[in-house]
Amino acid sequence: MQLLYLIVPLAPLAGAIVAGLFGWAIGRRGAHWITIVGMVVATVASAIVFLDVLDGNIYNGPVYTWLISGNSRFEIGFLIDRLSATMMLVVSFVSLMVHIYTIGYMADDPGYQRFFSYISLFTFSMLMLVMANNFLQLFFGWEAVGLVSYLLIGFWYTRPTAIHANLKAFLVNRVGDFGFLLGIALILMYFGTLDYAAVFGSARTLAGNTIEILPGGAWSLMTVICILLFVGAMGKSAQFPLHVWLPDSMEGPTPISALIHAATMVTAGIFMVARMSPLYELSETALSVVMVIGAITALFMALVAIVQNDIKRVVAYSTLSQLGYMTVALGASAYAAGIFHLATHAFFKALLFLGAGSVIIALHHQQDMRHMGGLRKYLPVTYWTTLIGAISSAGIPGFAGFFSKDSIIEAAHLSKLPGAGFAYAAVLLTVFVTALYTFRLIFMTFHGTERFRGHGAHGEAHGHGGGHAHEPHETPAVVTVPLVLLAIPSVCAGWVIGPVLFGDYFGSAIVVAPSHDVLAQMGEHFGGVVAMMTHGLVTPALWLAVAGIVTAWYFYLKRPDLPEVVRRKAGLIYTILERKYGFDELYQWLFGDGAVRFGTGLWKGGDVAVIDGVFVNGSARLVGWFAGVVRFLQSGFIYHYAFAMIIGILVLLTMIFLI
Amino acid sequence: MLFGFPLLSLAIWVPIAFGVLVLATGGDRNARVARLLALIGAVLGLLVTLPLYARFETAAVGFQFQELAPWIASFHANYHLGIDGVSLLLILLNSFTTVLVVIAGWEVIQTRVAQYLASFLFLSGFMNGVFSALDALLFYVFFEATLIPMFIIIGVWGGPNRVYAALKFFLYTLIGSLLLLVALIYLYNAADGSFSLLDLYRLPLPLTAQILIFVAFFLAFAVKVPMWPVHTWLPDAHVEAPTGGSVVLAAIMLKLGAYGFIRLSLPIVPDASHTLAGVVIALSLVAVVYIGLVALVQADMKKLIAYSSISHMGFVTLGIFIFNAQGLEGAVIQMISHGFVSGALFLCVGVLYDRMHSRMISDYGGVANTMPVFAAFFMLFAMANAGLPGTSGFVGEFLVVMGSVRENFWYAAAAATTLIFGAAYTLWMYKRVIFGAVANSHVGGLSDLEPREFVVLGLLAVAVLAMGLWPYPFADVLHVSVDGLLNHVMHSKLP
Repeated sequence: MQLLYLIVPLAPLAGAIVAGLFGWAIGRRGAHWITIVGMVVATVASAIVFLDVLDGNIYNGPVYTWLISGNSRFEIGFLIDRLSATMMLVVSFVSLMVHIYTIGYMADDPGYQRFFSYISLFTFSMLMLVMANNFLQLFFGWEAVGLVSYLLIGFWYTRPTAIHANLKAFLVNRVGDFGFLLGIALILMYFGTLDYAAVFGSARTLAGNTIEILPGGAWSLMTVICILLFVGAMGKSAQFPLHVWLPDSMEGPTPISALIHAATMVTAGIFMVARMSPLYELSETALSVVMVIGAITALFMALVAIVQNDIKRVVAYSTLSQLGYMTVALGASAYAAGIFHLATHAFFKALLFLGAGSVIIALHHQQDMRHMGGLRKYLPVTYWTTLIGAISSAGIPGFAGFFSKDSIIEAAHLSKLPGAGFAYAAVLLTVFVTALYTFRLIFMTFHGTERFRGHGAHGEAHGHGGGHAHEPHETPAVVTVPLVLLAIPSVCAGWVIGPVLFGDYFGSAIVVAPSHDVLAQMGEHFGGVVAMMTHGLVTPALWLAVAGIVTAWYFYLKRPDLPEVVRRKAGLIYTILERKYGFDELYQWLFGDGAVRFGTGLWKGGDVAVIDGVFVNGSARLVGWFAGVVRFLQSGFIYHYAFAMIIGILVLLTMIFLI
Repeated sequence: MLFGFPLLSLAIWVPIAFGVLVLATGGDRNARVARLLALIGAVLGLLVTLPLYARFETAAVGFQFQELAPWIASFHANYHLGIDGVSLLLILLNSFTTVLVVIAGWEVIQTRVAQYLASFLFLSGFMNGVFSALDALLFYVFFEATLIPMFIIIGVWGGPNRVYAALKFFLYTLIGSLLLLVALIYLYNAADGSFSLLDLYRLPLPLTAQILIFVAFFLAFAVKVPMWPVHTWLPDAHVEAPTGGSVVLAAIMLKLGAYGFIRLSLPIVPDASHTLAGVVIALSLVAVVYIGLVALVQADMKKLIAYSSISHMGFVTLGIFIFNAQGLEGAVIQMISHGFVSGALFLCVGVLYDRMHSRMISDYGGVANTMPVFAAFFMLFAMANAGLPGTSGFVGEFLVVMGSVRENFWYAAAAATTLIFGAAYTLWMYKRVIFGAVANSHVGGLSDLEPREFVVLGLLAVAVLAMGLWPYPFADVLHVSVDGLLNHVMHSKLP
């Protein structure tokens, strides 16, 4: 079994290395075959590991010693329990689907081998992240997925927007990592180890410790550590106010928007907090912070999605909002619900992205929904699968998203932490908004009048340009088969809610303090999947969702002229939403241009003017001036010297006689 | 000693002897012979250092491979050599870098080839001398001797403003180290006529004397590191130096200063080191933050990497002066990693400069289109410079942050800003140079790496990745030496 643990991450790594370094030799087919074989191996191995873990086997052991320094031993090792095994299965399955899909999506791209190498490298990094048994390896995976994300957002590196977006993504994530690294440093300092088991084991004994960060203020150690770690999660999982990079990441090819920026990498922060539940449970302050940040993200990002016209951006803001849901779940101590939503979201969001990608291919890289419409009859498979994703996303009973999202709303409702009331109101309101923007997407894309004729593609890299000479037609099987395969769990994945949320599925992997255990309270009333669905009929959430769908129908199918009217009437609100609350401009001004101005000031003012100008060259000038004076004295004329001697003797004599 | 060979003497004198041989080939008519001889000398110089690692006893306390012979009898100055783990790694790095530099200058340098190559061989020998000297006077002689070949390298094969840069480099560092000699002579007298470092380590000194000696040492070493605010010679020197000169300057010569702190300052004047540690830490953190911001706005790639070097060396001095094992080991590992990474980055700029004869970022754009293999290498080294885990650049920074949080949370917080600044200045440069559409016809006509360049960058890539993925062997030789050093620092030498 231990060999199998190694195979899971190493198979994609091998594929990445071969496709990356020898892509020129093995060609396009060779590149996709080698990486897909690697992914199949990883997926099968993950499934076997998953079944083994379901049998109750847990593994925690080192692979090799990375470094020993001082009294600390840093190891690379695996912790395979229910939590990591679930993540491994989700990551490798979605990644495999995306690999297959890529064959169709990237068919004409000159960087084909490079792309396959990157996505396999990503899968390796993500698997190392979730399988880690210590904070160091977690950070390794954390930064490695960030690297691949950077490379993939900038995959089309000749496009100015893409290379702006990837730099932005990397730097914003680094701001998060700054906090994350400091959190790790405090853990090492106080616990003396970075090993999960050892840290969690002694967390309770250190819970009472305080730390004086600012003079005079003693803060709870756990609160400081947990908030610092959460800053990392805010970067990676794009939580307000570090969310700004995710929408721009859509500059990358669509398969990676699905894989990295929806299904897997961005959920790393959620996974991390769930993994650290033994620490977070010791700080209610940190949990409150997590919940409020999540609620803000869920609601305010969903609102932005309503006014986007780029199909991928709608799905991107939807992702931000759904990540907010997961974060709320974590803050409410419903970690299992957060991970559960992570999994269902991975399926339905990957499905929505790949569905959007399928539309984009069919329209030759057109991404603007205003130039779509009526595609239902041309792209039946894409339509039905995307619709399933949308329904799941909106939270209609029976579909996967309903179970996970409803649990989160209920968890926020039951939570007694400060901020829970706000969080509950926010996530509830977001249900309406989610249904509205999701079905706006469906209606604008697949229903209504056909608006795609006569519009040249100005979307991704290599559109044909010009109008469409022929009707759009369904995309090839390598694209539609992954859609169908993802549609299945988008429906069914929720049905396991009973054991996962209320049946101690995660076992010792997740720790919840009894006073926070909202899921246990919910479990007391849980009477099975069907009962939950019927109960769902009388909750406000469902009616808000239905209201959202109806609103979308009314505005975008029944009266397509209305959105324009609303837009004119609510000009200010609309502008604020369209400008995404102005964060991009603010950050660009404050941090981007600000750093350049400040750096220039330090350089020109400090280095050039003061240090070099005054001291270095100044002392050189001083020496020069002094030398000039001395040279004047040593003129070489005998009478000058004689004159100086006479003066000197006079001075001397005067002094002698006076004393 | 392996088969009775004096390995350390070989590490010093093999390159120097080959330097003499290369010089003997004379004018550029014999350039081919000179290159070949230089390569043989550099490779042999590397080979004789390998047994040092293989036979180094990681558990042994004190200096190993010692050699002792009288040198200047009237001063009781001895030819006394010996190394610990810190010196070992630096000697290996130095000898490795010398090979790379000889290969890198193979066709690029076409005038005064023998003199150019000989300068590097001499320099390599002198620096191995600094790293293995256990006699203060011997240390001083080697320390100052390194200035001469580098002065010549910058002054003869440098860019248009080379004379200003070479003089600035020479005077800055020479003036900095004048007081070093004064301090050493004072110590010589205080120790009843001994230059032996081992004697000086045991010498009790009153605090005032310690502080004065510390300041004298500090001036010499801080200029060399270089620490803010005595760093301004470095960007000029780098910009004007030929590629090989920049590589050696960044990879090895800067380490002489940090090595001086470790070998002289901490053990000889521990109480003063404690008293003044706050100042050094403050200057180090200024280097990380201030210089990080200055690096961001540089228009010249070499200047940017030079400022980046200063910022990274801030981590080294920070790690040394927080006086704990993680900080010190992190500092040494950071030195080695910086040797690989900054050397590689200067070589990358050299590759571009050889083709375009410009170092200005604005002259580039879209290089990835015409030089994809080069772009991949450059990406790796840029990421290493930004401290990405899995590359060598991460290990030292990680350890120093871990160590400094024990001292003060805000030290760690200020140091950790390098995650943001380091990524910002490196990747923004990368974006403007490598990414984008082909900026102009010059970029459009670029040809990708030649086999020779591929080998040099490939070797460094392997080093960067190996050290990042498994730093264990590097740290393994340090533990006992670092413990010994901390032991010196922890014990007051006040009489």
